[in-house]
Amino acid sequence: MNQSAPLQIVFKNIHKANSHTLPVYLKGGGYKAMAEALAKTPEEVINEVKTSGIRGRGGAGFPAGIKWSFIPKSSTKPKYLVCNADEGEPGTCKDRDILRFDPHLLIEGMVIAAFAVGSERGYIYIRGEFFLESQRVEGAIREAYAKGYLGDNILGTGVRFDLAVHLGAGAYVCGEETALLESLEGKKGQPRVKPPFPANVGLWGGPTVINNVETLASIPAILEHGGGWYAGLGVEKSTGTKIFSVSGHVNRPGNYEVEMGLPLKRLLEEYAGGVRGGWDNLKGVIPGGSSSPVLGKQVCETVTMDYDSIARAGSMLGSGAVVVMDKSVCIVRAIARISRFYRHESCGQCTPCREGTGWLSQIVTRIEAGGGQPGDIELLEELCGNISGRTICALGDAAAMPVAGAIRAFRDEFVYHVEHGRCLVE
Amino acid sequence: MEQEQHTRAPQFSQEALAKTEEIFNRYPPEHREAALMPILHLAQREFGGWLAPETIDYVADFMNLAPIRVYEVASFYTMYNLKRVGTYHIQVCTNISCWLCNSDAIVKTLERKLGIGLGQTTADQRFTLVAVECLGACVNAPMLQINDDYHENLTPEKVVGIIDQLP
Repeated sequence: MNQSAPLQIVFKNIHKANSHTLPVYLKGGGYKAMAEALAKTPEEVINEVKTSGIRGRGGAGFPAGIKWSFIPKSSTKPKYLVCNADEGEPGTCKDRDILRFDPHLLIEGMVIAAFAVGSERGYIYIRGEFFLESQRVEGAIREAYAKGYLGDNILGTGVRFDLAVHLGAGAYVCGEETALLESLEGKKGQPRVKPPFPANVGLWGGPTVINNVETLASIPAILEHGGGWYAGLGVEKSTGTKIFSVSGHVNRPGNYEVEMGLPLKRLLEEYAGGVRGGWDNLKGVIPGGSSSPVLGKQVCETVTMDYDSIARAGSMLGSGAVVVMDKSVCIVRAIARISRFYRHESCGQCTPCREGTGWLSQIVTRIEAGGGQPGDIELLEELCGNISGRTICALGDAAAMPVAGAIRAFRDEFVYHVEHGRCLVE
Repeated sequence: MEQEQHTRAPQFSQEALAKTEEIFNRYPPEHREAALMPILHLAQREFGGWLAPETIDYVADFMNLAPIRVYEVASFYTMYNLKRVGTYHIQVCTNISCWLCNSDAIVKTLERKLGIGLGQTTADQRFTLVAVECLGACVNAPMLQINDDYHENLTPEKVVGIIDQLP
């Protein structure tokens, strides 16, 4: 792993002037990887992506090449490719930069993916609040059609792919892939029971691949330089680069693309300008979006930014949203804020989540406000256990994990709140 | 005047109708229902920034769907306003990253400046102020959205300046 010169794969263009326009994209070698990929067989393209080892960048971390290979070769129903641009995991804002600064990179990645799985129609599901971003993507799609990078005979190869934007309308749960499909079909976004998985029964019942923006934007480089090259970046089982959205109490918050496996401490100190007030002022870090359990400072000293290291530390890499909290933060109050979010976003379909997120929020808020009762902490733990794994989608788990994780890492603060009716920190 | 607005049936302009054609073309002809969300977005823009009951009924009729089917979708998603909002819909992110960067001060500043609380609209119908969940601009916290536009890296002083400069 070489960190001397930061390697930019997904963010290679975003600092250029007018990076969102086709002439600038072409000048940087854009659409060459697509042309080369279309000259291969779909199997060769899938194998290249499998070799790269790239795992889904939306949060679940499922290997993209394997996901593609699940799509049946022949199907009576049309196959679809859907890009999940419903970026909503609190703390995460990396896809936004790809959408607004390099939409052609996403389009190129999608044409390659569509060719690999045999899809002739795709959608980019963008969260509704991203107005400028959706305009940029729609503008890029128009440019791509005009030049024959999209349409019914891409670059004269006979390959067909139609692409359009579908705007969401403010529902976190639509980031869950089957809720997203429901929403794309013009319904309320409630997740579907799985199986069947979208690879077999997805959009309008057809086999469907759903990939995150960052995953698809990594595809052109994988085809250009080879899956083996990509697999050589990062660390074993967490290959390539990843964009981390570093927010909260750092001196230089921002989206940073780094090789996987970079120590968290280096990400914060060398990229994000250090923790406000210095490293010793660090209280904890939420490493992968608000769903991931908070890590205490001790763990932050040694953990590296890859799937396995963070999992071993009891949390998850998730979407790569690194939320930094210094010692001024009351962890109970922070968790109360996060729990309120999940209560608001539960779609209401499954009882453990609909009721459980409400109780989590109420009890953490009660403890924070000084009304905690003996047994409240144990009650929270029991609630978390009764939600996790008992719902159709992962939103219930996403609500339970930060609560259970914070109690694990900062139990003394919760106890102090309950016993004294006030905060240990403030 | 108020009554007139309520009794006049909504009707898409020629321009909006052309836009609906473009929207329908994004989806296979046998799946026209998929156009419901973008058409609700369009209707909200066309008919005063919110979805009045008669607007929802109009969209249902326009798309040949049962009204309940359209109400169900309109009420599920937070961006469809089921109540009238002001000319400027100010949405302040108060989720974790913005909260850590003192979004509370942004909310307080706006409440003082506009003389209203969260969830309220000024008497002149110019401003509606709401707190919202993560808008996905976390590395530029705190932030807010006014209609379509994001305003990021805010301070209380900057927020006052932004409000003062609105036309």
